[in-house]
Order: sequence, then structure tokens, then C-alpha cells
Amino acid sequence: MDTFLLEAMINGILLGGVFALLTIGLNLIFGVIDVVWIAYTELVMVGMYAIYCLYSGLGLPLLVACLIAVAFVTVLGALVHFLIIAPILDSPPINQLLATGGLLFFLQSFATLLFTTDFRNIGVRLPSLQLGGMFISTARLLAFIVALIAVTCLYLFLKYTYWGLAIRAIAQDRHIIGLMGIDQRWAYGITSAIGGALAGLAACLLVLQYDIQPFIGNSFGPIVWMNCVFGGLGNLVGGFLSAFIVSEIIAISGYYISTDLSYACAFAAFIVIMFFKPRGIFSK
Amino acid sequence: MLELKKVSAGYGAFKALFDIDMSVQAGEAVGVIGPNGAGKTTLLRVISGLIRPWSGTITLNGQEIGGKPAYEIVAAGIAHVPENRRLFPRLTVEENLKIGAFVHSARGQLRERLAWVYDLFPRLKERRNQLAETLSGGEQQMCAIARALMSRPTILLMDEPSAGLAPVIVDQVFELVQRIREEGFTVLIVEQNIQSLLDVVERAYLLEVGTIKLAGTAAEMREHPFVRTAYLGM
Amino acid sequence: MKRNLLFLLGVVVITAVLLLIGVPVYTMHILVQVLLWGAICSGWTLLGRFGITSMGHGAFVGIGAYGVVLLWNHLGITPWLGVPIAAAAAMLLAFAVGYPCFKLRVVGRNFSLVTMAMAVVVQLTIIAARDVTGGSLGLTPKAQTSAPLLALQFPNKNVAFLFALGFWLVVLWVMTRLNASMTSLSLAASAEQEDAAEAIGINVAREKLKVLLLSAAVTAVGGALLGQYLMYINPETLSGSPVSLQILYASIAGGMYTVLGPTIGSGLTLALTESLRVLFGTRFIGAANTIYGLMLILFVIFMPQGIWGTILSKLQGRTSRRARSLL
Repeated sequence: MDTFLLEAMINGILLGGVFALLTIGLNLIFGVIDVVWIAYTELVMVGMYAIYCLYSGLGLPLLVACLIAVAFVTVLGALVHFLIIAPILDSPPINQLLATGGLLFFLQSFATLLFTTDFRNIGVRLPSLQLGGMFISTARLLAFIVALIAVTCLYLFLKYTYWGLAIRAIAQDRHIIGLMGIDQRWAYGITSAIGGALAGLAACLLVLQYDIQPFIGNSFGPIVWMNCVFGGLGNLVGGFLSAFIVSEIIAISGYYISTDLSYACAFAAFIVIMFFKPRGIFSK
Repeated sequence: MLELKKVSAGYGAFKALFDIDMSVQAGEAVGVIGPNGAGKTTLLRVISGLIRPWSGTITLNGQEIGGKPAYEIVAAGIAHVPENRRLFPRLTVEENLKIGAFVHSARGQLRERLAWVYDLFPRLKERRNQLAETLSGGEQQMCAIARALMSRPTILLMDEPSAGLAPVIVDQVFELVQRIREEGFTVLIVEQNIQSLLDVVERAYLLEVGTIKLAGTAAEMREHPFVRTAYLGM
Repeated sequence: MKRNLLFLLGVVVITAVLLLIGVPVYTMHILVQVLLWGAICSGWTLLGRFGITSMGHGAFVGIGAYGVVLLWNHLGITPWLGVPIAAAAAMLLAFAVGYPCFKLRVVGRNFSLVTMAMAVVVQLTIIAARDVTGGSLGLTPKAQTSAPLLALQFPNKNVAFLFALGFWLVVLWVMTRLNASMTSLSLAASAEQEDAAEAIGINVAREKLKVLLLSAAVTAVGGALLGQYLMYINPETLSGSPVSLQILYASIAGGMYTVLGPTIGSGLTLALTESLRVLFGTRFIGAANTIYGLMLILFVIFMPQGIWGTILSKLQGRTSRRARSLL
């Protein structure tokens, strides 16, 4: 096989790691709370700016800055739930779509107000690895590994803790959850906070690869939802796998057609799949 | 022990229960019978906190529980086995049981409680790692009851435990109910299957269109001319 | 009918007065945009009020605007022909996406996501085809200075205003006609109960498709006129998902169950952004949209019927049940 294609494919898989993180975060919220957070990837943007402020602004060590940023976005995730989603939980689903869309405008514009639309970066660039004629981005490799570790931790949490069990149970039958002694509000809050934490972690990984600007969420947002729908809304394993499938579609069509059109191809594929498999490609 | 005074409730603008008075004493088994749509399920939902009463008081051991959220009522000692069992289909049997022990008082004793319900229902132990959706109807009912028992409730509410099961299995379910009675649990059962129900309870209420029409011991109910003609088909 | 005539008469009188006393150029500039965006939002509402929430109408705006300018710049086809061609192209896209959607019952949230993806595809395609479209930098229609109107270019703001007004009135007329038609009834039925509607012999998919095509055409024409008026189009401001969301929000903010609601929504949106822009100047870029975003959230939570809808129902002393249940 041609090394450039191989390189594209490997980079695609590595890219899939961060997408998997975000897809799982959003899908968890979909599945458990049954709302669509349009502004989900805007939390990533907030996290990236938080790291920028803490690291480049205050001069904190990068790792500390990242940890604080993750904590910040975690809290933000819970706040989004309690302030915006909780009051309209019983409204038609489209209202939740609209409210979080408003949040998208708000966060993007507020970031513009604070930081202008200038591109910023924290000035940390990891070198590329050279592997038999192929160049593999270290930042992506790191992102891939950290993402897999995070997904594993989440899996263990969901599998073995009481709250993890409660969160999985809610996704299957939310109406009787109170009978198990579970306070639904807390379960939703925790889910949203986990969603926030994953977005914060993604911010740490992406800040090493991309410049920060107020609209960077737009570059990931649609892809992340697409992954969710691809894998089946609320289906965590499906979302995880589809993150890699979609990033491979992007990588391969980027190689064969053009990088400009690779995202367009992924979206077109998404539309077609929605027609035939509206509940995800893994649905029966 | 459980006492309802003038409880009314409903959904939206629709009122389903009108000034219900009833009580359940410790160690007793009480049945609620009545036609479809009489408000039997609503009654249990009000007691377990799934819906809020519009008026009236509900007390458990003298403590007001009416209007509290469901999760607090479970912690107070009322467990509810919902209609159609409602297991979490894609959790294993053991996970379903574990979630029944979510309340704080139960978490520390998970191991003992699991051993205890497995002892009560050995079949569940064999199937502990199976997904709940793969169980048969009778096993699912077993699992639902066991899940409710995991919190060691002072009173167990059961909504139509025999609904949707084959006749042979129905007999097994009533044997289960009998066994739980023997374990010393207080139970309040809503049932369509009046004949079998009256065999396992001491007292029963007849609910029609949201009001209590009759109350009495199982024997009185069985002999009551109205119940005989309208419900037992004699 | 009488009320419509009265309304029309009022509009004509106001227009005549405005033109006679002479309105400042800047005000005129705002008015033209309000009318054009108002028409676009009304076009969206044709569909939106039946609970079919498209999040991809930016695609039609983009096809309208780009179609016309590309045909004119590259092939010399006058926008007078370009507008119907672009509208047809938008309808074709609407058909390609809408037919399978409605046939296979892709509804609710999924329909929103599919249409949003459609808008993203159109935007990315415009950016990718930068050799002809100018990519992210945008595109300017070749100026026709001798006889601008032959190329649907407006010599001054007053002329643009008249065009915008005419188009807006046509869209309102379409809206009221649709409201009164059978299609509307059957769609209202299907918004509640699709199966029930099918059962009484309504071809829900076909009725939905009709309205979607109409809505796409209106939106595309609006996009084309905006491009011709602004004499500059770019993929960020006239296509893609942000524009789609703005259309939807303005319609909802105004209230999509009333005829004037979407226009009032876009008026308020523009007035807000413009006044905040004037207030803060260029020092605080983003301030306007920050407040706008915040207001959207508050709207959905506290005023789901929109401003105009809320005012109307207050005036009439009742809340429409459907208005509350659908949004």
C-alpha cells in the first residue's frame, strides 16, 4: 500500500480518539437526559481558552493549567444542565435544541468579546514522529492514548459504581428510576458534568494541535453529532466505533478527493445513512 | 403503619382518585381489587411518590410522606414493584439487583442482601450474569420483586404481579407472594386476578372509579354478594 | 380578505410617506435587510409552523445567492433568469433531501440534524470550489453600471426597498394562502398524529414535500435578493449552519404562528445587533451576539411563543394550545 494513504489512515485513527471522547460525552447526555446539546463543542472552545489564560496568561505549568481547565469545564457542564436544560426538560425536544443553540451563540460571541477573533495558541508544538517514511503527529498520538485511557475510566465508572449503574439504568427506563431510590436530578447533573469533563479533556488534547479561536467549536461540533447519530443516539459503544469510522472516511476521502471536500463527503454520507438507518448503523 | 387520609390525585386535569382512606398494618397483606381504570395503579404511584397527591395525607409510621419525591420514599422504607416489572433490560440480573440497593442504608450490605435474595430465589443466582431481557416472564417477575426487596423495605407495593404471564406462571407468582409474606414483609398488592389474590391477603379494598367502594377481610370480600356477582362471576 | 386589503393599503401609504419625506440612507439600509430577512424567515416558517424544524435553510439562502451571482459572473446570464434557476436548484436540493426524509419518516430531531448536515455540505462545497466561488473570501457580482436593473442591481436604496417590499408582500400572501389551504389542514393534522392523518387518506409525505419545496424556493429568492442588494456574498454570512440557526431563531423569537411574527423577529434581531454595534462600536465585537444568545436562551425558557405571539395572545386573552404544544 502506498505510504501516503497509510499515513492518512493512521492519522485518521489517531484523530478518531478525540472524536470518540467528544462523541461519548455528547452521546451520554443524549442517552441519559434525552436532550441534544448543540453547544457541546463550544465547551471545548471554552476549555481551550481557559488553558490559554492559565498557561500563557498566568504562567502556570501546562499540566496544572489543563487540570484546572478540565475542572472548570466539568462545572460548566453541570451549570448548563441546571440553568438551561433543567427548566425545559419537559418541553418538546426542539426547544432544548433551540436553547442550547442560543448557548452556542452566547459562548462564541462572549469569547469574541473577551479574546477577539484573533487566532491564539499556547506556543507548545510537539514534534512529529517519523516512522518508515511516514510522519505521525505526536500530539495526535498523545491525544489518542489519553482519549483511550479516559474512555476506559468512564467504562469502569459506568460498570462498577452505583452512580454509573444509575446513569445506565436511566438511559433504559427513566420513569421508574425514583423507585430505585435514585434522585434523577443528581443523575442528570452528574451526567452533564461527565460530559463537561470529557469536553475539557478534549480541549487539553486539541490545544496542542490547533489554534484557538471563538468559532473552533464549529469545526468539530457537526462531526461529533454526526458520530452520535451514526452510532445510534445514546449508544456509547456505537458512538465510540463510529468516531473512528467517520474519521477514517474523512481521512480517506481527504486523500482520494480533496481535503476541502472530505468533511462534505462525511456529511453527505451521514444524510444518506440517516435515511436508511436513522437509529444508527449498528441498529438491527 | 401505612395510612392514607382523604387522598386525591390525578394526571393533568384528570382526577383519578377521590378522597381515599385506607391503612395497612405491620405484617399484614392487603389487596386492592377493582376494574381497569379504577385508579389502582395511580394509588400505588401516589404512595411511592411517582406522582404527587393533590390533597390528603399519607403517613408511614406516623411520618408524613405525601408529596415527597420517590427516591426519598424508597429510603423511608416503601418499595414498589411496578406494573409490567420494568426491569432494566440491558443490565444483568445482578446489576438490576444492585440498583435496587442504591439507597444509602442498603449499599453497605450489598453482599449480604444479594446472598439473601439469591437464597430466596435460587433461579436468579443461576442467571445472575444474564441480561434481564433474556429472562422468562416469571423470572422477570422474580427479579423485579427481588430488586425491590434489596432495599429491605418495611412495606412492599406490588402492581399486578400476575399481569401478562401464562396461567402456570401466575400460580408460581402467587407462591412467590406467599413466600414474601412468610418472610414477614408487609405487602400491598393491586391485582386483577381476584380469586388468587384473596387467597394470599388478609384484607382487601374494592376500588371503583377512584373511590373505595368496599373494604373487608378476604373472607368477607369473597362472600360479599356484589363482589361475587361483579368480580368473581358467580 | 378585507383585512388583507386594509393591510396592503396601509403598507402602500406608509411606503409612499417614507419615500416622500425621505428616510436616511442608513435607516433604509436596515429596512431593506429587515424585509429580506423577514421574507426568508417567513419562508422558513411555512414549514416550521408544522413542527418540521429545518436547521438547514442556510443551504437554500446560499444556493439562491451563489446561484445568481455565479450565473451572472461566469455565464453572463441575467439575474432575472438567474433567480428562477437558483430557486429551482434550491427546490431540487430540497427534493433530494426532503423526499427520502418524509418518505422514510425521518422526523423531529433527526430531520433537524439531516437538514443541518445539508447546510454544512453546501457551505463546505462553496468553500471548496474556490476557483469559481472565491472560497471563504466571498464574491462580488460584476457591476452593471449602465443599466443596473437589467442585472437586478439596485441603483439606490429606495429601489432596493421597493423590490424587497414587493417580495416580502408576496411571501406574506403565500403564507396566508397556505394557512387557508387544505395542505395546511392536513399538515396540522400530521404534526399531531402522522398515522392518524395517513389513516384518513392524507399523503403526509407529499404534503410535507410540497411545503418544503415552496419554503426552499422562497428562501432561495430571498438569498438571491440579499446578495444582489449587498453586492457581496460569502459562505459564512449567506450559507451554512450559523445562518440556518439565525433564520430559525428570528422566526421563533418573533413567533412563528403569526403572519408578521417572523418579520418582527428578524426586525428585532437586526435592530438589536445594529444598535449594539452602534453603541459599542468596533471595540466590543461580539457584545451584540453575546446578548443575542443570552436572549435566545431566555426566550425558549420563558417565552416559547415568541415576542409577537406572546403579545398577540395577551391581547386576545388566550394562549393557543397548539402554539404551546409545538413550541
